[in-house]
Amino acid sequence: MSTMLLQAKNICAYYGPTQVLHGLDLAIAEGGITTLLGANGAGKTTILRSVCGMVRTTGEIRFRGHEIADKATEDIVRLGIAHVPEGRGTFVRLTVEENLQLGAITRGNKVEIATDVERVFGYFPRLRERYRQQAGTLSGGEQQMLAIGRAMMLRPKLLLLDEPSFGLAPLIVQEVFSILKQMNQREKVSIFLVEQNAALALDLADQAYLLETGRVVMAGAARELREDENIRRAYLGY
Amino acid sequence: MELFLHQVLAGLATGGIYACMALAIVMIYQAIDHLNFAQGEMAMFSTFIAWQLIEWGFPYWAAFFLTLAISFAGGYMIERVIMRPLHNAPILSHVAMFIALFAILNSAAGFIWDYQVKNFPTPFGTKSILGEGLLSAHDAGMIGATVVMLLFLFLFFRYTRIGLSMRAAAANPESARLVGIRVGWMLALGWGMAASIGAVAGMLIAPVVFLEPNMMSSILLYGFAGAVVGGLTSPAGAVVGGLMVGVIENLAGTFIPVIGRELKLTIALALIVLVLTVKPSGLFGRTVVHRV
Repeated sequence: MSTMLLQAKNICAYYGPTQVLHGLDLAIAEGGITTLLGANGAGKTTILRSVCGMVRTTGEIRFRGHEIADKATEDIVRLGIAHVPEGRGTFVRLTVEENLQLGAITRGNKVEIATDVERVFGYFPRLRERYRQQAGTLSGGEQQMLAIGRAMMLRPKLLLLDEPSFGLAPLIVQEVFSILKQMNQREKVSIFLVEQNAALALDLADQAYLLETGRVVMAGAARELREDENIRRAYLGY
Repeated sequence: MELFLHQVLAGLATGGIYACMALAIVMIYQAIDHLNFAQGEMAMFSTFIAWQLIEWGFPYWAAFFLTLAISFAGGYMIERVIMRPLHNAPILSHVAMFIALFAILNSAAGFIWDYQVKNFPTPFGTKSILGEGLLSAHDAGMIGATVVMLLFLFLFFRYTRIGLSMRAAAANPESARLVGIRVGWMLALGWGMAASIGAVAGMLIAPVVFLEPNMMSSILLYGFAGAVVGGLTSPAGAVVGGLMVGVIENLAGTFIPVIGRELKLTIALALIVLVLTVKPSGLFGRTVVHRV
């Protein structure tokens, strides 16, 4: 078993008085891709928000030796967790360039930042063509690429992705997912992926969790979950 | 023709005042994404502080820069203490708070310094430099100072990382946090800067309209008109808009007999309505395009 990058114990999360997560344990291996599956409303997005301190959370979350459950979002991000949120969180009024610069806003070295912009262009050449354009004018697929690019500008240790396939054409989804795989291998960034498209996610990931109404009901190697009879019927649909 | 030119010049002179105020309004709009109705009263209060410092014997420029610093701290504190608890409140609560601030600052100034009209010195002198009493050195200085401020703001927002952070924090606080920006600080910084710019506007306007607690009431309206005409998202547009409002107001007052002096203020409001109906983003404002 490889070392754990992030370890969560007994997390509960609340929106106002409503409890959404009910004592959940979770571990994300260093260097791997972990996916979180589950139906609508199972609490997938909430887990990502808990990790980033964007929702009231109790329990323990350790990231590289730091306890982060009680930290502010901006401090958690500065430890090396980049989050591509639901809806992508693009700064629509700013240019593509400014969006990428914002991804690296906590870093100081301008030369390194410039190299990283080039690196993002290497993965997403289309962003180079749109460099000076207002980000809101980009297509859905390009905005998703920009969101991932912006997240990578942090040089994160852990990349959290909330439904990157949402609203995209199947061909674009394929492209984005294969780039994620490359990033995972080349940039040494661990990925925690929340996805509705279970077949796609299980192909990409090596570890998987299945969530039902705020509880983990199954966990293991992605390969094993893919072959599980119940998962196949409920989430893969064949 | 000569009358026309004279009126344009005189319009630019008053337009300078509006441009100054419009710039302060757009500045706070950029930083907090809301229109601050108390902006004028904050500027008035700052000007009183400057006046007090000068009364105590400070030289003009010392008082000027000290007032900038005090105003910055004051704006910063207003955000931290008063606006921060409203962080997640709906926009109407913010508006209510702006109006409360307006009333509080207005009465506080009246209470501390009373309602008697006071003279405020100008650093530029009052000699006419163009035409007979049309554009004074002070008017020119005011327009010049506004342009310098505009240039400074443009460079700050466009080319500095902290300027970019402030724009991001105002446009999308949640995403800003997710890239590690300390959004709370940025908002407070925005309030501080807006208060300082307001202070400059107040100190430049006061020699013309004289200092008293209600000095900003009509100017704020003209400032809003200027900001709306130019576009709330564009500081340069605000300055041009402010100057335009001054000129249009003056020309209409002179050449359209019905309007005369009495209906001048109506022009500002009519301009707001006109621009909002025809081109809501203003002449220079960016239209935000969304695509999904």
